[in-house]
Amino acid sequence: MRRSRLLYVPFWVTIVFLYAPIAVVVAMSFNSGKSAYTYEGFSLKWYGVLAQDQRVLDGLLNTLIVAAGSTVIATVLGTLLAVGLARHTRSRALDAIALMPAVLPDLVLAIGLLLFYGLIQLTLGLYSVILAHGVFAMAFVAAVVRTRLANTDTSLEEASRDLGAGPVTTFLKVTLPQLAPGILAGAMLAFTLSLDEFVIAFFTIGNLQQTLPIVIYSMIRFGVTPEINALGAILLLVSFTAVIAGQRMTKIGEARAQD
Amino acid sequence: MSPARTRPATALRVRRRLGAFVFLTPGLAYLVVLLLVPLALVLSYVFFQRGRFGGVVYEYTTENFSRLMDPLYLRVLGESLQIAALTTVIALALGYPTAYLIARLPRKWKTVALVAIVLPFWTNFIIRMYAWIILLNGPGLINSALKSLGLGPFDLLYNQGAIVTGLVYSYLPLMVLPLYAAIEKLDPQLREASANLGASGFTTFRKVTLPLTVPGVLTGCLFVFVPSFGNFVIPEMLGGGKSVMVGNLIRTEFLKARDWPFGSALALALVAVLVVLLLAQAWAARRA
Repeated sequence: MRRSRLLYVPFWVTIVFLYAPIAVVVAMSFNSGKSAYTYEGFSLKWYGVLAQDQRVLDGLLNTLIVAAGSTVIATVLGTLLAVGLARHTRSRALDAIALMPAVLPDLVLAIGLLLFYGLIQLTLGLYSVILAHGVFAMAFVAAVVRTRLANTDTSLEEASRDLGAGPVTTFLKVTLPQLAPGILAGAMLAFTLSLDEFVIAFFTIGNLQQTLPIVIYSMIRFGVTPEINALGAILLLVSFTAVIAGQRMTKIGEARAQD
Repeated sequence: MSPARTRPATALRVRRRLGAFVFLTPGLAYLVVLLLVPLALVLSYVFFQRGRFGGVVYEYTTENFSRLMDPLYLRVLGESLQIAALTTVIALALGYPTAYLIARLPRKWKTVALVAIVLPFWTNFIIRMYAWIILLNGPGLINSALKSLGLGPFDLLYNQGAIVTGLVYSYLPLMVLPLYAAIEKLDPQLREASANLGASGFTTFRKVTLPLTVPGVLTGCLFVFVPSFGNFVIPEMLGGGKSVMVGNLIRTEFLKARDWPFGSALALALVAVLVVLLLAQAWAARRA
């Protein structure tokens, strides 16, 4: 079939387009020279430079704090919201509000929060970013948990209610255990999105602290160095491992569910 | 009849209400305070005058709207639309055949190919744009490669082409996934029937496959267009100071010029364009 072989061309163009820049970042991170453009020889020295760059380490710590904080908020509130929306109301308006942060342009949410923090005179810092990330992360957790809820049999919950358990008891003893994989997936999504988020953090963090994406952004404005490549290579490794591990986990989960 | 139905209806209703209250209040309260109030602020600040050092003076004005009509700002809006539209078209041209192929791969390879498409999307956004700076820059790799062929050097970075490249790169997976979902769902028998009735491969594609995947195309286009249109990071990193999109203007008004009311007006214009597009998409999807 000549025609279907021809179809591989755009596919491989896409793959090369997607991976060539990444490959270049990784390759140049091992450059012994100072240039980000010309490869002079193999060296790990930029990884050493990176490990001693206090700004990068502080940024990494801040990013982890923000991601952890916003994930906790988003997971707890998002799960409750998903259950409430799926089981306790039929309001389309509430559905729309819950999904809104996921479709709203990040820039609009960012300036809205900047205005709001200004109005209540909140000093900007990590917690203002945590609260801000909580908003859009919650929408994603709620969406993921709702998908799971839609695929869950309601008869167990009904049985629990019929046997006299209240909504809270039913939630804790029946719904929650069934939802656990969805909640975990939602939390992982929230954490990853927060780790990488730039625009909202940029607007709501103030001048005193920086998250890792903001550190990288300001490093690049100073000029390109192989140190950024080394940082990029490490981040790539981390996210690739996480995605592939996540993929494996869902596969194992599916296999178990089929048994 | 379940026992619950035989209980007095009021007690049941109270319990229902209690359930709704317990589950919905925390999340909705959070969203009201940190989403709806901020958006209402953006909406209301448009009608006030700017404060001297940021902030706002509560005096009614329509000046911010009339400033939007300034040809300077209209041109930026037009250019942003144009860049986002070009990005969407290129992403569709690249994404459709890619999604089409993936949908026809054997099951095992489908997952691998999909992960391969989505993987770059999960890596740090700023680093990915940095990669393009290295590639496109004056002494960068593409120019070095061209030089060895006796071509160039070309100004590849800091122009509209670089912005579009960065945008397509960033949002291509958002095009491929809905397209894949739409194409995968197609019943292969339809294609076979068309072929059996004597239609050529291209005719089958044009008359069967394409019309049935229009909803996927519309979703993908929306997923790419929306983040492209409101972007300010990519035009700033890859467009240099030359090309300005509406996102850059908003960023400048808020963080540099400190004219929050006019920045809000620009943000409102951005949202208005997106709402019109969303409505158009919903209308087109219903007709498809």
